Formats: sequence, structure tokens, C-alpha cells
Amino acid sequence: MTVASASVVAARRTITVERRVVIGGLLVVLGLLDALVFGYLSPPGHAVFSFTLTGAAVSVPNLSVTPRPVCVALGALSCVIGAGYVGFRLSRIARRVAAGVCVAALAVAFLCWADAGRIPLPFTSLLSTTVDSAIPLMLGALSGCLCERSGVINVAIEGQLLTGAFGAAVVASAFGSIWLGLLAGPLCGVLIAALLGLFALRYRVDQIVLGIVLDLFASGITAYLYDAALVPFANRLNSPATFGAYKIPLLGDIPIVGPVLFDSTIFLYITYVAIFAVQVGLFSTRWGLRVRSVGEHPTAADTVGINVNATRWRNVLLGGAVAGIGGAYLTIGSVGAFGKTMSSGLGFIALAAMIFGRWTPLGGVAAALLFGFMTALSGVLGTINSPIPSDVLLMFPYVATIVAVAGLVGRGRPPKADGQPYIKT
Amino acid sequence: MSSELADQAEETAKSEDGPPSPATGGDGRPGARGFTEALLDAVTSGNTVTVTVLAFLCAIFLGGLIIAFTNTTVLHAWGNLFSAPGKAFATAWDTAAGAYVAMFEGAIVNPHAVSAAFHGGPVSTVFNPLSETAVNATPIILTGLAVAVAFRAGLFNIGAASQFIGGAMIAGWIGFAVHLPFILHAAVAVAGGLVGGAVVGGAVGFLKARTGAHEVIVTIMSNYVMEYLLLYLLGLTAFRRPGNPNPISPPIATNAVLPHLFGSTLRVNVGFLIALAAAAAVWWVLNRTTIGFELRTVGSNPRAARSAGMSPERTWIVVMLLAGALAGLAGAAVVQGTNFNVAPQIYGTYTVDSITVALLGRASPTGTVLASLLFGALRAGGVTMQASTQVPVDIVTVIEALIVLFVAAPPLMRAVFRLREPRAGGGEQLEARGWGG
Repeated sequence: MTVASASVVAARRTITVERRVVIGGLLVVLGLLDALVFGYLSPPGHAVFSFTLTGAAVSVPNLSVTPRPVCVALGALSCVIGAGYVGFRLSRIARRVAAGVCVAALAVAFLCWADAGRIPLPFTSLLSTTVDSAIPLMLGALSGCLCERSGVINVAIEGQLLTGAFGAAVVASAFGSIWLGLLAGPLCGVLIAALLGLFALRYRVDQIVLGIVLDLFASGITAYLYDAALVPFANRLNSPATFGAYKIPLLGDIPIVGPVLFDSTIFLYITYVAIFAVQVGLFSTRWGLRVRSVGEHPTAADTVGINVNATRWRNVLLGGAVAGIGGAYLTIGSVGAFGKTMSSGLGFIALAAMIFGRWTPLGGVAAALLFGFMTALSGVLGTINSPIPSDVLLMFPYVATIVAVAGLVGRGRPPKADGQPYIKT
Repeated sequence: MSSELADQAEETAKSEDGPPSPATGGDGRPGARGFTEALLDAVTSGNTVTVTVLAFLCAIFLGGLIIAFTNTTVLHAWGNLFSAPGKAFATAWDTAAGAYVAMFEGAIVNPHAVSAAFHGGPVSTVFNPLSETAVNATPIILTGLAVAVAFRAGLFNIGAASQFIGGAMIAGWIGFAVHLPFILHAAVAVAGGLVGGAVVGGAVGFLKARTGAHEVIVTIMSNYVMEYLLLYLLGLTAFRRPGNPNPISPPIATNAVLPHLFGSTLRVNVGFLIALAAAAAVWWVLNRTTIGFELRTVGSNPRAARSAGMSPERTWIVVMLLAGALAGLAGAAVVQGTNFNVAPQIYGTYTVDSITVALLGRASPTGTVLASLLFGALRAGGVTMQASTQVPVDIVTVIEALIVLFVAAPPLMRAVFRLREPRAGGGEQLEARGWGG
């Protein structure tokens, strides 16, 4: 590694004093929010968290807490962490842990406040729903990463999810095999990706316009086929079986963690593999280096003999397949039958997650989990009769993304050549 | 259409282009064409009439294939292709043509209604299809203008739905919660819609000007924020219809309803005139005012605009206020003209429709109005088509998507129809850009 690039890397690993003050200050504000808003405004009564799902091997007793001292303690913790953030030069990992702990503290303080004096809050099932509803978001965000790291903007994630869901349901139903459905989902995602590749790379159409048009096309064609074929032949074409949960031996019996992470459908395990493959692939392999070089500086990549458009084609199709699996989850992984416009904006949340995660696989996955938590939370708050309107919680992913792109919490940087077609000269 | 004609059209489009612009872009990358410059070239003068017409025909053709080959009778006839080839093609043709004839009858004129009118039937039914086309076109014209005007300043407004909702909420609230005399009430509600949309749009412009947040991402996200805000408001007692479990607002007062233009049997209302007036106003602002000049200059080249003493930031805010106001008017027109209340999903598919017509109309007010009328006709005809031939109305969405896909890719159309390339390269299609632009 040359001196210049080493210093660039070093510069990326440390942050300026101003940013330390801003982010540290923000963490302190979160702490004050925990202590003052959730702590002092919490209604009287205990907040009870239940951890045991029915049928679990090891049962964990319910946890009953008094919200006020807990919220104040969590707030104090956040304030200390925030002060430490400002005062010390933390390593990159430590900075992330600090931010993560503060966000988690905020979530717990919020839950204490929301559940005070109400029926027990099913904590484990909340986490499990979080992970489940984040599956299509995580896969969508990975799809976005694969495309955009190679320099192709993928706004068509929504369309890929929708066609994936459609294809998986129809094939699984028509052939009576969910495994064929699991194969058909990614193939249908690849179809939309192929259109994206064709028009973006061959005809050099603006990729944002193109993505929106492909979303429109996917919603139109699936809705049309739904009315024309799936409604009249619902028994034959739209009544697929669904994948059941598969509990991983031993790991699945761990209290709390087991049911959340190791007792789910095959889609969650595919997601684990995909996260690992994309993260390691993009950042630790020769393939990944080439993909990123094509996304950042295609001319330079071309000069050293990398075929720019072939690399982009591969990544676009791969991204379509990954998003197609996410789509298949919506039908054969969860509800079964396909419904008109059933992706309902999930593709755009996935896009938001990828942007929020600053065009990195792990960042996108973390954002997808955060957004999934908001969705799960809105459902759970309904069951405990909380007065907080679910619409406000569901709004959160989008507001968070606007805040992120406005640079209030540190702006993400897209790959330099993202969205620009490469013309060999 | 012959290739000479196509070339002629290209030449005409080119000659209106003015002098060629420098090769460096606004983003300072040498060699790369500036996004806004390319966008303007592409949208305003790029796609020739030929390509547009061919794209439309191609989309209709592919749509016909989809209609024919999802029909069980046709599939059955094609199963016997080798024993009765004539019948296979005939049923396919009949199915697709039948659907399109029904669409035409629902959008333009129905011969049965005309002959019935000659034999003493109601005259209004003759004009009902055109009235429906105008009603469907009204919000598309207004949201389309919202996208087109932003295009001219180099901004990509994907937030028509959010601005529409902003307008619909305010117009609807004034409509059912305030009591005012006739005309005045309707006018105040329309003005409220305009302001509501402008606030939402202006916020995007402000964010872009102050922080550099990319307007594409912000507008996509703002659509969802506003959708949930609408759902939230419809859940509040202040916004909810008393005694109704569904999230729907009370009906607006009769004084706030936009009056019908040709009697109560035809749905076409003052909203359509508002849309046409807005298009004229946009034309005037763009071509006859200082703001319009600044706007177009910033769209062509923000750096040149800045060195000429203009402020691109201020222009972005102004243009997004204007765009938001136009989309807000669309919200008011729908609430006060056709729906008479505020309900979830009131924003329909206007986000994509608006982008589609603005691209199809090359971001000019006239082009946008014409494209919107076409889409209004497709929508109105689609409803009739579904009712009389059982072909699902969603085929209209597919046709719309195909039209834009083909319009956006002139090289594809040229390859399919063996048209010659325009002599001077570039500038004839919407050039791609990244998030960073």
C-alpha cells in the first residue's frame, strides 16, 4: 500500500473534532430524551416484558420494571457515552458500538414508557417480527448495494420484489412445489434486472427514470395478470404452500436469541448467507475490488483491463436475483397467495435502508433492521393498546432517510460513477 | 413513417436548439456532459415526434399482444394453431381490437350513443367519454406541470404525490370545516390547496438549497411521509367523518364544490379550466418573466447562472414552491371536483403519471397538456374497457410504462424501425446522471 492511500485510509478512520462534538452532543440529547421525556412523563405502573414464546424449551420469567428509574439510568448511560464520544478519540468500532448502545437505550426507554401500566409487552415476539419484516428489506438493500457499487442506480427494487413475489407464488402453486417457487422468485427478479441492464447499459437511459418506469411496469403487469389469470384460476395458480419455520438444533433453544435468529423460514438463513457473501465479496475479494473500481472510476478500471459493462451487467442481474428472493419471501415465505401491489413500498424502504446505510451491505442491513423494528413496533403497540399512532412510527424510515441525506447525521457518499453509463472512448 | 421525415423532424428539433453548449458539465468533471444541460437538451428538444409516435404505437402493439395472449379463448385457439391457423390469428386480433375499440368508445366517442342521440336519446351521453377524459386528465396535467417546471430548472421532482396530498389535505379541511358563501368557499379551498402543496414542495427546495440533499431521494421519501401523515390525520377526530369507522374525512360543503361546466350529467368541472389556466400561467412564467429566465438558466448551467449573478439556491426554492403549488392544485381539483372528501389512496398513481407525461411532453407546458390528455383518455377508456370486455384496467399502466420506456430510448426505436441516426450525436435522449448531480 502506498503512503498516499494509507493516509487516505487513516483519514477515513478518524473523524474531525466538529463531527465528534456534533454526534456526541446528539447522543447526550438522546440520553436527555430517555431520562426527561420517557422517564418523567411515564404513567404510573410497571412495564412488564414477557420473553417466553409458547412452546419454548427454556422459559424465561417476565421482567417487571418501574419505568422512571430505568429510563433515568439509561439516559445517564447515554449521556456518559456521549461525553466520552466528545472527549476521547474512539476507534471506528468503538464509535459504532457507542451509537448502537445509545439507540438501543432509547428504544428500551421508549418501550418502558409505552408499556407502563399496560399488559405485558411480548419482547421476544417483537424482536422476531422485527427480523421477519426486515428480510425483504435486507435483501432489497443488498440488491441495491450490488447494483450501485458497480455504478448502476437501482430504483427498481420495488418492481423486483413484486415480480419475485408474483413468480414465486404462481410457480409454487402451479407445480405444487415451493422449492420451484423459491427458484422462480429470483428468476423473475432477474427479468426486471435484465430490463434495467438493457436500457441502462445498452441504451443509456437515465437510471432513476428507468427504475421508476420499471416499478410502474412491474406493478402494472402483475396487477393485470392477477386480474386476468390469478383471480379466475385462484386454486390452480394462486394457492401456493408456504415454507414453515425450521429451528436450528441447539442454537434455536437459546432463550430470546434462539427464537429470534435461529427459528425461522429458510429465507432468514438465505439472508444470512447473502449478507455474508455480499460483505465479504465486495470488500475482501478480487471480484469485489473490481466491482468497486467500476463503480468509482470506470475509466481507470477499463485501463487495467476490467470489462466495465460486463461487470455491471453481472451485478445488476445478481442484484435482481437477490431482490427476487426477497419478493419470494412475501408470498411463499409468509402469507402464501399473491396480492395486487403487495410489496407496498417495501422496495423504496429497502432503497432508503441502503442509502441510510451509506451504500454498504452491513450498514444497509442495520438500517433494514431498524426500519423493520419500527414496523414490528407499530404492530405490537396496537396489541398493548398504546396511544402512540402507528402511522407516525411507520413514517420513521422515510424521515430518517431525509435527515440522513440532508447531512444532519453525517452524509453518505454514493459511489462516484453511480448512475453514469460508461462509454468506451 | 419514412426515415426522411424522421430526419426532417430531427433537423427541426436541432435548429431550435440554439448554439452548441460547452463540453464541460456543471459538476466540473471534464469531458462529462453536465447533467442539467443534458437533461434540458433531452427533455425539451430531444425526442422527436417520430420517436414519440412510434413509441406509442409499439406500446399499443405490445399491450394488444398481452391482452390477446392472456385470454383463454385465444389461448385455446392457439392450441389448435396447426389445425385452424386462421382462427388462431382471428381470435387474437378480435380480442385485442375489441379491447381497444371499447377503450376508444370510453375515451373519445361512442357511436352507439351518437346514433341514439339522433333518435331522440340524451345528447349528454355523446359527450360523456370526452368529459371523462378531461376529468381524468385534470390532475395529471397539474402534477405533470409540477414535474415539468422542476425539470426546466434541472430538478427531478418525484414528489408529486406528497405535494398532491399537501394540497388535498388543506383544500379538504377548508372544504368541510369552514363555512363560507358560494364561489368564495371554493376559491379559498383551491387557494388552500395551492398553499398546502407549495409548503411541501418548498420544503424540498429549501433542503436542497441549504444542505445539498438530493431532491430525488428527498421527494421519494416525502411521498411516503405525506402518505402516513394523511393516514394519521384521517385517524384524528378533527379529520374523521363522525360515525364512520373508516379513515375518511367528512364530505366537503356544497359551496366548496367546483361547479360542473356542462350540466350535472357530465363530470367535467372548473378544475379542468384551472388546469389549462395553470398550463398557460406556467408557459408565461417560463417564457416571459425574469424568474422564468433565471429558472431556465439555472437549469441549463448553474455555474453560468451563478457567475451572471443569479442564485441557483434561491431558484431551486422558488421552482419547488411553484411545482408544489401546481401539484397542490391537483389535490384541490380532485377533492373539490370529483371525490368531495379526503380519503387514503387519494393520491392515486400521480407520482409516476406526472413524470411520465412530463417526459412525454418534453417538459413544455403544451406538450405536458397534450400528453396528459392522452393519458386521461387511456384512463377513461380503460374503465370502459374493463366494464365491457373484462380486460383488466391495469393494462393501461403497462401501456404507459412501455410508452415511457420506448420514448426514453430513441436508439431502440431507431433500431427497431431502421431509422437513421441523427447526424450530430447526443442530446436526443435523457442522459443519465448519478445521485450526486
